[in-house]
Amino acid sequence: MKFLCVECDRQMAFEERRLPGDGTLAAAFRCPQCGRVVALLTNPMETQLVASLGVKIGGRTIAEQPLETVRGMVATGKGDAFDEAGGQADGRTGGPDEAGGQADGRTGGPKWSAEARERLARVPGFVRGMVKRIYADYAKQHGIAEITPAVMDTARSELGLEGM
Amino acid sequence: MPLNIRTYHELAEPDRSGLAAQIGAQRRRVAERLAAVGRVVAVMSGKGGVGKSFVAAGVARALAQGGRAVGVLDADLNGPTAARLLLAREARLTIAGDCGLRAAAAGGVKVVSMDQLLEDGQPLAFRGPERESFVWRGALEAAALREFLADVAWGALDVLLVDLPPGLQRFTELAELLPAPPAALTVTIPTAESRDAVRRALRAALECGATPLGVVENMVGGPFTGSAADDLAAEFRVPVLARIPWHPTPDTWAGLAGRLG
Repeated sequence: MKFLCVECDRQMAFEERRLPGDGTLAAAFRCPQCGRVVALLTNPMETQLVASLGVKIGGRTIAEQPLETVRGMVATGKGDAFDEAGGQADGRTGGPDEAGGQADGRTGGPKWSAEARERLARVPGFVRGMVKRIYADYAKQHGIAEITPAVMDTARSELGLEGM
Repeated sequence: MPLNIRTYHELAEPDRSGLAAQIGAQRRRVAERLAAVGRVVAVMSGKGGVGKSFVAAGVARALAQGGRAVGVLDADLNGPTAARLLLAREARLTIAGDCGLRAAAAGGVKVVSMDQLLEDGQPLAFRGPERESFVWRGALEAAALREFLADVAWGALDVLLVDLPPGLQRFTELAELLPAPPAALTVTIPTAESRDAVRRALRAALECGATPLGVVENMVGGPFTGSAADDLAAEFRVPVLARIPWHPTPDTWAGLAGRLG
């Protein structure tokens, strides 16, 4: 999928991605010559199709997680299917049951505000460990000391985390 | 005057989305993960209910008992049974940092199955718009298969058995995901109906470049009659690797494992 500014005969560059939370997706592209911006808007079925391919419009900014599509998309998964403890060895943040923690003392990970912890606790157990890890990685990457719902919203849009 | 619009392939400027590159990276990840796997064997049949999973589990156990490093990937995402047959259904899968998922090990066999991930009694259901799910469901199932191949820390294996569902679609997906087409272990029961369905599936597998290992005839000596295995073996010039009775013994499986090498 590419966009061409026909007037300038230049390929348009990805600018920004937004997930309004209703299953749709908006991605903006800018012409590097004239600056004109167009937005690609996908309906829920089209958004799902893109997600099904395991690709991100606008590119990936953090590494793909193990079983990312399965964990992110399966609706009938067991809450305790995964043992996240094995992830501690690599210095990353902890597992799904640690949403109540403040900073991750063992790893020096970011703090979670009370509101962010509440929100994380509402994420299904099947995917919670992965979601927590993604937000913690995002915070680290951006030098964010505390994860709040606002940080989660921004990360969700920037990373293209539909439904997380 | 018509607009002058360049085609997709004529646009070669750097693209931040890089969707084709993302797909390429997915394929590389599969190839890298399976680099230490000696052989991928698809346990297949065009027919349901012939005992593919039963054969896959039996031969996996026998190979492991013979000292081989064996993995079983249950690619029957909607009717997964391999984990139960290998007594690994209750195993939790361990997320091991960036190296992916450690497969549950049962009797020396590494196993990954959707059965280990789903709530008891629940079908495989995906989050997403309910209407027109046929548009994206196949792509999601193919993505799940890709992740089972690429994200599971299989380690060094002599054989990775892929237990396929009935039909042809999953075999095609598997062949497209792997760096090279898999070998095919074909399972039938003695009947003419099974023979005809298996014939179609095997032909499709060969067209995908699969190496046929041979035919296993299951449920021999019971109510089913016919010469499906012999017919298929003659037609495709492959051996009948085993005739599995209703109550196979460890020796039955050991014999099949020995013929697989």
